[in-house]
Amino acid sequence: MSAVLSRALPPERVQIATDHVTEPFWQAARERRLAAPRCADCGHFRLPPTPFCPECQSQKVDWVQLSGRASVFSFSVVRDIPGLDDAVVVAAVVDLPDAPGARLVSNVIDADPDEVRIGMELVVDFSPVSDGWLLPVFRPFTPAVEGKEG
Amino acid sequence: MALQPPDTAIVGVGATPYYPRGESYPQTITELAGRAILAACEDAGLSVKDIDGFAYYSMAGGGYGRSMDTASLMETLGIPEITFTASLTAGGGGSAGSIGLARAAIVAGDATCVVSVMALQQLPQYRLGGVFGKAEPTPEKSFIQPAGLTGPGHLMSVLARRHMHMYGTRREAFAEVAVSTRENALTRPTALRRTPLTLDDYFNARMIAEPLCLYDFCMETDGAVAVLTTSLERARDLRQKPVPVIAAAHGGRREWGRAFSWMGMPEETFASSGHAAVAQRLYGKAGVGPDDIDVALLYDHFTPMVVMQLEDYGFCPKGEGGAFVESGAIRYKGGSIPVNTHGGHLSEGYVIGMTHVREAVEQMRGTAVNQVPDAKLALVSGGPATIPVSGLILGRDA
Repeated sequence: MSAVLSRALPPERVQIATDHVTEPFWQAARERRLAAPRCADCGHFRLPPTPFCPECQSQKVDWVQLSGRASVFSFSVVRDIPGLDDAVVVAAVVDLPDAPGARLVSNVIDADPDEVRIGMELVVDFSPVSDGWLLPVFRPFTPAVEGKEG
Repeated sequence: MALQPPDTAIVGVGATPYYPRGESYPQTITELAGRAILAACEDAGLSVKDIDGFAYYSMAGGGYGRSMDTASLMETLGIPEITFTASLTAGGGGSAGSIGLARAAIVAGDATCVVSVMALQQLPQYRLGGVFGKAEPTPEKSFIQPAGLTGPGHLMSVLARRHMHMYGTRREAFAEVAVSTRENALTRPTALRRTPLTLDDYFNARMIAEPLCLYDFCMETDGAVAVLTTSLERARDLRQKPVPVIAAAHGGRREWGRAFSWMGMPEETFASSGHAAVAQRLYGKAGVGPDDIDVALLYDHFTPMVVMQLEDYGFCPKGEGGAFVESGAIRYKGGSIPVNTHGGHLSEGYVIGMTHVREAVEQMRGTAVNQVPDAKLALVSGGPATIPVSGLILGRDA
């Protein structure tokens, strides 16, 4: 077991910007909800949010609240972070089972970096970033976590 | 397969020395580009006043936050008139394709002597290695930047991991790219790294973004390279043996799109270089296939992307790139397809792809330091990155 568990970047190191297309994602996160845009005409999910549905070019979307479950599609372990000498960040590309085709690039937190695997089951959490926003991040899914969430 | 008759040729190549990151200072970007352009003119036996077109890539960028400007270059170099100035969009993916843009201008009759140029100067505030971490947040970048993948290599490490997962690719394959490329640099006077790299060195190096270590990353350097293209007819009256442009292609499919700045690629495309569509079109235009290529100058910002380009350009089947390089196939000595005979971005110098064009020209002139005997066709690729990616095939004049 690694001594150091993975973490997210410190809040002051992360700034986000929004526009009218992406803001619902971040407003939901601020309420500790994970949401994704689904095309209101053809049902195709897309992330990041973009103005048009790439499948049918519609601009109508429904913002769907997701379960928060995810799985690791791929990841990188970054240890050499300036100013955070002992920190380990696991940057992960995650699939969202209830938003097929949509992915997020995020962090796996509170994990032993040596134990992270492609396919690993995750559940969402929210980590503070600058200006009062919350960033959706993910931690390993365990039945205990499931009990707490459910 | 028969070659299409070529209509244009590269007639001159010029470069500044390559410098460790930041050490080209206090020269300016315009000065570095100008030195490379003048050297290319000298090489070709042309006056700089003969230049009437500029065909850039990377939005005429001189690396992150810098740019070249045609009017500024005309002003200081004394170029009297230009009839074409344009750039491919996005970044280093267009390096090889900039020669195709030059060709397009010449074939369309919009210019007669076109320069493609890249000048890179990585002062601390413009360092490419930290570009993604330091960039101002935008609504689009806010979906990737917070994860801590601060540089391009960090982003591509995620693609490499997926390739390893899908196909059993080993770090030994990435090591072989680094080690074989270094071996090619040992004899090249322009190379910045000319001491042998061993497997022990590789596996003892610090990890930067697992699964990638220090030697999977290219160097951070400064320098400029310029390439002059004219009609083949005119090329035959100039100083050097013409190097015909057999084919050039740029573009890409939306499944690749913004690539590792997006991470939404479907599974097979995710673990790729994004070049498959361009490669197919390039070979189609040239009327040749991978078996006809004698030397491959593949954009090597990061070792796994060389493995994936070998697959996308058909030198081995999809998924077998790791075993292919581990067999010694890309070695200059004894390999079936020598790769990056100049030492590449990994060991010679990094000028966002143009050093690979320079080497392809030397190989086709027959003057390369590590000359592939009787090489008749050279493949050059632009960087696996946001669309466009690009490819170029150069040949020998009949």
